[in-house]
Amino acid sequence: MQFLNEKTNFNFMGKRKLAALFSAILLLASIGSIIVNGFNFGIDFTGGTMIEVAYQEEAELDKIRATLEMGGFTDAIVQNFGSIHDVLIRLPVIESENMAELSNQVIDLLQSENATPLDVRRAEFVGPQVGEELTEQGGLAMLYALIGILIYVSLRFEYRFAIGSVAALVHDVLLTLGVFSFFQLQFDLTVLAAILAIIGYSLNDTIVVFDRVRETFLKMRKGSSEEIVNLALNDTLSRTLMTSMTTLLVVISLFIFGGEVIHAFSIALILGIIVGTYSSIYIASNVVLSMGVSKADLMPPVKEDGEEIGEDGSQV
Amino acid sequence: MNHYPAWKNVLILAIVLIGGLFAMPNLYDDDFAVQVSASRQAKVDLTLMAEIESALKSKSIEYKRAELDGERLLVRFADAATQLKAKDVINNTVKSDYIVALNLATTTPEWLAGIGAEPMNLGLDLRGGVHFLMEVDMDAAVKQALNSYASEFRTLLRDEKIRYKKIQVEAKKVIVGFRSIEHRDQAQEKMDREYNQLDIAVLEESATPSLVFSLTEVALRETRDTALQQNIITLRNRINELGVAEPTVQQQGENRIVVQLPGVQDTAQAKKILGATATLEFRLVDFEHDVQDALNGRVPANSKLYHHRDGRPFLLSKRVMLTGEHIINAASTLDQNGSPSVSITLDGKGARAFSNVTRDNIGNPMAVVFIESKAETREIDGEMVKVRRQMPEVINVATIRDQLSKKFQITGLDSTSEARDLALLLRAGALAAPIDIVEERTVGPSLGQDNIDQGFNSVIIGFVFVLIFMVIWYRVFGAVANLALAFNLVLIIALLSMLQATLTLPGIAGIVLTVGMAVDANVLIFERIREELRIGNSPQASIHAGYAKAFSTIADANVTTMIAAIVLFGFGTGAIKGFAVTLIFGIATSMFTAIMGTRAVINLIYGKKNKPKLSI
Repeated sequence: MQFLNEKTNFNFMGKRKLAALFSAILLLASIGSIIVNGFNFGIDFTGGTMIEVAYQEEAELDKIRATLEMGGFTDAIVQNFGSIHDVLIRLPVIESENMAELSNQVIDLLQSENATPLDVRRAEFVGPQVGEELTEQGGLAMLYALIGILIYVSLRFEYRFAIGSVAALVHDVLLTLGVFSFFQLQFDLTVLAAILAIIGYSLNDTIVVFDRVRETFLKMRKGSSEEIVNLALNDTLSRTLMTSMTTLLVVISLFIFGGEVIHAFSIALILGIIVGTYSSIYIASNVVLSMGVSKADLMPPVKEDGEEIGEDGSQV
Repeated sequence: MNHYPAWKNVLILAIVLIGGLFAMPNLYDDDFAVQVSASRQAKVDLTLMAEIESALKSKSIEYKRAELDGERLLVRFADAATQLKAKDVINNTVKSDYIVALNLATTTPEWLAGIGAEPMNLGLDLRGGVHFLMEVDMDAAVKQALNSYASEFRTLLRDEKIRYKKIQVEAKKVIVGFRSIEHRDQAQEKMDREYNQLDIAVLEESATPSLVFSLTEVALRETRDTALQQNIITLRNRINELGVAEPTVQQQGENRIVVQLPGVQDTAQAKKILGATATLEFRLVDFEHDVQDALNGRVPANSKLYHHRDGRPFLLSKRVMLTGEHIINAASTLDQNGSPSVSITLDGKGARAFSNVTRDNIGNPMAVVFIESKAETREIDGEMVKVRRQMPEVINVATIRDQLSKKFQITGLDSTSEARDLALLLRAGALAAPIDIVEERTVGPSLGQDNIDQGFNSVIIGFVFVLIFMVIWYRVFGAVANLALAFNLVLIIALLSMLQATLTLPGIAGIVLTVGMAVDANVLIFERIREELRIGNSPQASIHAGYAKAFSTIADANVTTMIAAIVLFGFGTGAIKGFAVTLIFGIATSMFTAIMGTRAVINLIYGKKNKPKLSI
């Protein structure tokens, strides 16, 4: 079975202005949402305490809230987690004797108000300082990854391709972040890992397309840059869709069967893969084209006999 | 014609076999076991084993077998309930010099263990347990060092007959005020020679001629390093006392310590013991002065005001008779009235000093002071600041009836559990500098099991989807890719097992992701082969060209992803590192299986035929 049996001939780059406009609108909306709404950061970033408790019977959230309030935990956020038996309790950083012991106090309090024994599924505490460091390190990691990729792609291809691939990356990351901000999905450590995985994935996609663009440029004797890029995109289209589909299959199974803890992670990946597929076609190549890449730029700089070739193709 | 030279096929086969072999131990389920190890001079040997075995038999507890494994003894049981029962029995059988802990024992067959094959470690999120990140209070460590310099100065200046007015310890410096400039210069000359680990400066604007001492960069670093290392040792001792099998205590960064306790559920107890800074001091009661006067603010120069637990004030001498560091053993017991107490054994030096002081003070009252330092988080100018307070409490005042020496008892404790904790802390030693828990992650056993089940399920389901997809799209070639994919999983697990890396939930997510990405390499190759066929090349030439042309693309794509994965590994801690490790392994193994592995099989199927019909 083949996806696209005939050789396709979509005019991807003919709609590049439209695609650029579309992406620009989405990017602005994302940045707007990030500025206005910010993120619903998990305790990994903000610091605080989080406890997941399983009740044998159905958990009564109102009663739990009331119990916590009586115990002095007025800022507690109580919600169901995965099932009606499971409850997730979040506490912000509080001034207290010993913050690390809050989780035990809460558990003791809830247990004393409940006849059947509770199952503490997890308890997490992150000091405010650790959270701050993570935010800082997360940003730095992303920056370092981008710089490393920029250098590698510049060496292997050309600086215009490097800028194109990084533009696609920034596009993908910003859009994914935008969705997390707009829908106020919880942003925790696993989401950060997913975002970094998206960088890897989106890049993978972009590089494959670029490889083909370079090859086509060198192979074709005539045709405008736009035509050549179009040809390369059509050549790789079947692969692009196939790979995205299989990866999506896996990530969707992670989303459905991986359990509540990994939900945010898989949502981020699903978004990233969709956006990454789109951006490798419409953003990365778009940027390279608008920067005016041409056949001469991609010629190997050194001929086999070792003589250098000048900018204009003349031999020096 | 497409065929690999024989050595290449042999190499691939060898990697397949070795990978399979090293992945195999993961197929065997663990036994529930009780682990016995020695905490001090005690020996783990066959005698101990026989003793424990007969104790288990007399209580008719069935066990699979007992075995000596290096420094520890493992007794295996069929289920968790027997394991718990047996732990109590063993605990009562062996002396207090042994640590008895619950553990899981691998059941790797001997021939596999013989070649060094072991199952991979499961992270705390998969097996349950506690993870603590603790921060050492370095300011306190520096202050302690300065305090000890200050007391050295006192002795030195007195011995050298250099007159000083006062010695004052501040946050990062010691200030010594002298009677005259001559004394100051004299001291400066002397100290310059004695203390090259201190920076010495003259305090100009002060009315009293003064010198300011601060630690040099090198000394500062050394002080911090020592504090951290000593705390790691103390934490290890305390964890041993708690009875945890296979704990991890590791330095992280400059001032943090990671503590991982698999299987521990009572986190309240663990936190209390690990972070505790409790120590004891023995002081003589100052009965020459009036406590009431002291309460009104007239505290005599050589005494200090303390309070008893029940609120009574006491005037105690500033001189300490004995501190906790001379205690070599402590055990919780009951005194003759049946109230909780701790019996204490001193080291030689401590015993000598203690016996001298008590001999001279028979008939006088002596106080035991329990000192705990507590951290509080307060908001100061909008920022959360940690404030530490020393909380000394008099727990017992008794008249010295006899000359005390090596062994004695202290009473006045609130409960047996307090006596037990105090004894434990005194045995394990004091922390060199206070520590705070800055991060805690506890995973209960039920969630751990759920995570394993859901993690593996999602990997298998996603995997099966991909397999079906590939066969439908690429037929025989798809089936070959599937073979490579399955083998890729085996290789990742083999690598994790060989390097004894730890598999976590994010690690499983990383594997899932590499499954998706490993497919990509084959998709690239197969699409290329189709293209070559489409433009009319022969099947053999198409296979050859397909692999050749796709290679640079695959390499580029994988190298860039690898850069991202390595950055993740470098900066990440815990969860992110686990994800990065499997991603890095997965990228590496998938390059091998998806390119060389599939090629070898395709060659075997089609390589020898003249004009094969490719099923792609």
